[in-house]
Amino acid sequence: MDNIITIDKYDFHDVALEYKEQGYDFLRCLTGMDWGEDGLGAVYHLENTLTQENVVLKTKTTELSDPILLSVCDIWKGAEFYEREIFDYFGIRFLGHPDMRRLFLREDWVGHPLRKDYDFSLNPLRMTNEVTADMTQNIEVLKDGSVIKKREVLFDEDEYVINIGPQHPATHGVLRFRVSLEGETIKKLDVHCGYIHRGIEKMCESLTYPQTLALSDRLDYLAAHHNRHALCMCIEKAMGIEVSERVQYIRTIMDELQRIDSHLLFYSCACMDLGALTAFFYGFRDREKILDIFEATTGGRLIQNYYTIGGLQADIAPDFVQKVKEFITYMRPTLKEYHDVFTGNVIMQGRTKGVGVLSKEDAVSFGATGGTGRASGWACDVRKRHPYAVYDIVQFDEILYTEGDCFSRYMVRMKEIEQSLNIIEQLIDNIPDGEIQVKMKPIIKVPEGSYYAAVEGSRGEFGVYLESRGDKFPYRLKFRSSGLPLVAAMDTLCRDAKIADLIAIGATVDYVVPDIDR
Amino acid sequence: MEIKNKEYLDDMVRQLNESGTKVFVGCLDEFINWGRGNSIWPLTFATSCCGIEYMAVGAARYDFARFGFEVTRASPRQADMIMVAGTITHKMAPVLRRLYDQMADPKYVIAVGGCAISGGPFKKSYHVVNGIDQILPVDVFIPGCPPRPEALLYGMMQLQKKVKVQKFFGDVNRKTDKEE
Ligand code: SF4
Repeated sequence: MDNIITIDKYDFHDVALEYKEQGYDFLRCLTGMDWGEDGLGAVYHLENTLTQENVVLKTKTTELSDPILLSVCDIWKGAEFYEREIFDYFGIRFLGHPDMRRLFLREDWVGHPLRKDYDFSLNPLRMTNEVTADMTQNIEVLKDGSVIKKREVLFDEDEYVINIGPQHPATHGVLRFRVSLEGETIKKLDVHCGYIHRGIEKMCESLTYPQTLALSDRLDYLAAHHNRHALCMCIEKAMGIEVSERVQYIRTIMDELQRIDSHLLFYSCACMDLGALTAFFYGFRDREKILDIFEATTGGRLIQNYYTIGGLQADIAPDFVQKVKEFITYMRPTLKEYHDVFTGNVIMQGRTKGVGVLSKEDAVSFGATGGTGRASGWACDVRKRHPYAVYDIVQFDEILYTEGDCFSRYMVRMKEIEQSLNIIEQLIDNIPDGEIQVKMKPIIKVPEGSYYAAVEGSRGEFGVYLESRGDKFPYRLKFRSSGLPLVAAMDTLCRDAKIADLIAIGATVDYVVPDIDR
Repeated sequence: MEIKNKEYLDDMVRQLNESGTKVFVGCLDEFINWGRGNSIWPLTFATSCCGIEYMAVGAARYDFARFGFEVTRASPRQADMIMVAGTITHKMAPVLRRLYDQMADPKYVIAVGGCAISGGPFKKSYHVVNGIDQILPVDVFIPGCPPRPEALLYGMMQLQKKVKVQKFFGDVNRKTDKEE
C-alpha cells in the first residue's frame, strides 16, 4: 500500500514547490478523487528522476458546491492538462490555472460525471454542433486575498486560426487541433480531446475486478498487453499475490512482442504521414507475423484479453517458442531493409531532423515518457526505473538520444525493436515450468487502501492507480495515460514550427487517441 | 414504316413507367451498378481499435484493393461509403452526422464492431452512443470486437451486392431531390 502524505489545501502549493526543489521533478500521475462525505480532492504521485524515489501527496477540500484547490501547473507543466481533466470529472477548480476549460466533455455538458452523485439522465445525446469558444476562464487571487474570475482570450479575433481534425487522416484517430498561424508558422496550438472519451474510469467503478480487465485492453490497443499487465499487477500487488515464474516469463515475452507490434505500426503510419506509402505495406506485412503468434495463443489479433489476475488465460500454444524464434531470425535483417527504404531518404531526413525539438527539462516537466522522453535524453524507461516481471534479469540497453527532434524520436523506436528482440531471445528458451494461474476465490475483493503500479507501455509509462474500500468493485480506478502528457506537450513542440511539420511531429510523438481520452 | 395499332405499345410504356421500370435505362442501370459496385470509395474514418483492423484490411495481406475499395478518400465529398470503425461518443456524434451529410449521394454506411452497432463494451457509459443507427441509416452491420479482417471483407462484399441490385436512375441518383 502506498504511503500517502496529506497536506492542507492552503499550503499545498508551497509544499509542492519544496518537493520540486528537493528534486521531485516528475509528476507521474495526478488523480482526482471524490471521497463522498470526506470531500473532493486530488492525489499526486511524484518521482525524483535522479534517485527514483517516490512520494504520494494528497489534498482535499470539503467545500462541495464550489470546490477550489491550488494549481501546481507552474511547478510541473504536465499538471495543466491533468487539472483540466479533474475539473471536467469532478468540478474542482484550480486557483492560478491559466485555462480552466473542460478537457474531454462538451462545453454544454451538465454536471461532472465522476462525482459519486452524478445523474446520468442529465445529458441526453445532443446532435447540435458544438461551438468552440475562443475565450477561457481562470480564477485569480488578488493581493487582498479575494478571488476573482477572469476571462481570457485564447485566440484573438484577427488571428488566423485553422482547424485540424477530428476527422483527419494524420491525427491518428480523432484528435483535434486548433492552430493559429502567422504565414506558415505555428504561433499557438490548442488541443481538443474527448472525441473518443468513453468514460472507462467511471464504468470501472461498477464492474468487478475481472470485468475491469476487459476494458483496459481497449484503452491503448497497441499496448493491450501492457495496459492489462499494469492493471493485473496493481491488483496482485494489492492482494499480495505472487504469480509463478512461468507467468512472469510469458508476460515479459508477450509485452515485448506487443512493443514490436506497436513500433512496426508506428513505422508504417509515420511513413504514410510523411508520404512514403510503400513503407506502410512493409510494416504491416511484418506486423501480421506477430499477430499470428498472438492469435495462436490468445485467440485474438488486436484485443487479446490474455492476462488474468494471478496468471494467464491459457498456456502458450505448442509451437509458440518455435514461431517466436522464426520471427526473430526474420526480423533482424528486415530492420535493415526498413532503414534502406525510408530512414536514409533525404526528404525524410530533411523533414524530421531538427524539427519539433523537446528539451529534456520540458519532457520531464510534462511527464512525456516513452520514446518521446528518451529521444530528449531522459532515461524514463519503467523497465529500468522500477523493474517488474523479469526485466531485472534480462540484459538490454535503454536507447537514449539527446536531440529531442522528430528524427531521434523515430530512431529510438526503431532501435527499441532490436532491444525487444534481444530481450525475447534471452527468455524464449528458458521459460520455466509452473502454474499458469494462481488459485483465486470466485469473488475477488481487494483489501482497503490505495495502490499504484506502472509498466512501460508502447509509448510511455502506463500506470494504474487503484483505491479500494474492500469491495468487489474498485472505489476509484484511474489509468495514467501515456498519451495525455504527450499531447499536453504538443503546443510547446509545435511553436514556431511550420504547419507541415505538425504532421511529422504528430507522427513521431506517436499518440493513440483512445488512450488519451480514456 | 408506319406503326399501326400502337395503343398497346403506349399502354405498355405507361404501365412500365408507372411501376417505375425504365425501359431503356434498365440495361444501363446494370452496367453502371457493375461499375459502382466494384469501385466503392471509402472515407478514411476510424475512431479507435476497429480502425486498426480496418487498416490491416487495407494492407498487403488482406488487401481490399482486390474488391475495388482501395481508393480511400480523406474528404467526405469524394467518398461513396463511410466505414464507422470504432466507438462513437456524444462529442463525436454531431461530427459524424456532419461528415455523412457532406457526402454526395448515393452514399452508404457500414457499422463496424460492437461499439458502432450498439455501444459494445461501453454500452453503459455516460458518453457513448448506443448504436450509430440512432443517428445514421446503416446499410451493413459487421459484428465483432474487433471483427476479423475476413469479416470486414465479407461485410464490404455484402454492400457490393446491395449496390448491384439497386436501381440507379430515378432512384439512388436522385435521392436528394426526392427528399427536398
Ligand atoms: S467494437 Fe471492440 S474493437 Fe471495435 S472499437 Fe469497440 S471496443 Fe474497440
